[in-house]
Amino acid sequence: MELIWEGIKEAINLLVSGDPEVWEITLLSLKVSGLATLISLSIGLPLGTWLALSRFRGRQFSLSIINTGMALPPVVVGLWVSIFLWRSGPFGSLGLIYTPAAIVIAQTIIAAPVVTGLTAATLQQLDPRLQLQLLGLGASRTQMILALWREARLPLLAALMAAFGAVISEVGASMMVGGNIRHQTRVLTTATVLETSRGQFAMAIALGFILLFLAYVVNLSLTWIQQRGAK
Amino acid sequence: MPHNKFLQLVLYVLLILAIGLTACTNEPTQVEPVIILATTTSTRDSGLLDVLVPDFEEKTGYSVKTVAVGTGQALEMGKSGNADLLFVHAPPSEKEFMDGGYGSERYLVMHNDFVIIGPADDPAGIKGVPAAAEALFKIAVSGAPFISRGDDSGTHKKEKALWETVDVSPQGNWYLESGQGMAATLTIASEKQAYALTDRATYLHNFNTLDLKILMEGDPVLLNIYHVIIVNPEKWPDVNEQGARAFAEYLVSPETQEMIGEYGVEMFGQPLFFPDADKTDADLGLE
Repeated sequence: MELIWEGIKEAINLLVSGDPEVWEITLLSLKVSGLATLISLSIGLPLGTWLALSRFRGRQFSLSIINTGMALPPVVVGLWVSIFLWRSGPFGSLGLIYTPAAIVIAQTIIAAPVVTGLTAATLQQLDPRLQLQLLGLGASRTQMILALWREARLPLLAALMAAFGAVISEVGASMMVGGNIRHQTRVLTTATVLETSRGQFAMAIALGFILLFLAYVVNLSLTWIQQRGAK
Repeated sequence: MPHNKFLQLVLYVLLILAIGLTACTNEPTQVEPVIILATTTSTRDSGLLDVLVPDFEEKTGYSVKTVAVGTGQALEMGKSGNADLLFVHAPPSEKEFMDGGYGSERYLVMHNDFVIIGPADDPAGIKGVPAAAEALFKIAVSGAPFISRGDDSGTHKKEKALWETVDVSPQGNWYLESGQGMAATLTIASEKQAYALTDRATYLHNFNTLDLKILMEGDPVLLNIYHVIIVNPEKWPDVNEQGARAFAEYLVSPETQEMIGEYGVEMFGQPLFFPDADKTDADLGLE
């Protein structure tokens, strides 16, 4: 029990005192995971829409692959991204391994299937007559898709939150492709693992609280946008 | 009466759970076959435990749960009674641990040594330097990248002690901290073509995948000495003292000591560890 109190005290202390290293780690987590979520959105939204609206052979197969991708274990992604980015790997010459960019790549691979799969599911849920009606009213295909997205904005924002939640909380990929290097690629989750392995449990608990708090703030703002849209 | 039926069902389930739980709590007081061993990542990464633990389990019937963490966490686990015995290599911290009464017994088991590894072209020119601290000093001056464990492990503590002897507080772009285990840190060092302090065992074990060479070895301060500590059951009555004692005695027994001395010879052409159970701390230069 004492340990939990210490952890809570330490968390408040760190946040209030503005410990520069904790701020650095927190900002990097936010930047890396935020960027990965945005890239996933720019891939997943069009791809999911296309999968939901078009009819082609192998569509069901593609959807099943995407849906499996939603369950991709971060460590497996981390392993494969490492293999490709190591100096011995095919993209080794880019020098990306153990940089924040490597973490963004890995997290994008984790988050993109989540956005794609949930977008496809969301749009398929809409009444198919809506599409016909929009086209019948003289909307172009782009206008129709924009209208569909607006119609489905609540679940689409939920998809975005799910993607962000998946990447801000993952540790396996960040540890493997980022290397948890101090002042360079240390993020909240890998720092938590490190503090635990050092036996600094109060600090680890504190970092955990900061991580949850961060996730809460981001989701609160997204929820606020979502619910404002609901009215 | 459907509501009553539901309540009845809940009561039955609770009853069954209660019986199950008491059965569970009764059992281990007779025999406690599980031992929790907190050890360092370097011991695990060297592969030695993969040989010793199964052999011990087969000989005694105990089952060992090995938790490989940094020495810092291993000692914390001992302090909070979350492990039955520790197999660690940070003598000064171990002494503190024993002085605090957290351990009941401590035995010398073996040693290996630390080496400084780095890129083959040796940009800092440490090859042939006799003293480890001097080699580190040269790395710091040259500004060539050096990667530290940065995790309060035994290896990290050793490295910090070496920096202290040359009065350098390492920081800057060239000094990286991985905060990970030895093998992961070596992988990063290889990718970044950086210098690092490592135990020889982990280096040899991962030799094939690393683009790094041993550049500095043989300084007596680089000895890496392993002790086994039984967590004091007077502090934590839940500690499986019997099991811990059995494993500690197994480690220092003549047959196991022989196995330790032979480990690695077949694979690497040289032993990874040197058995020390018949020696004293003073023989190895410890107080």
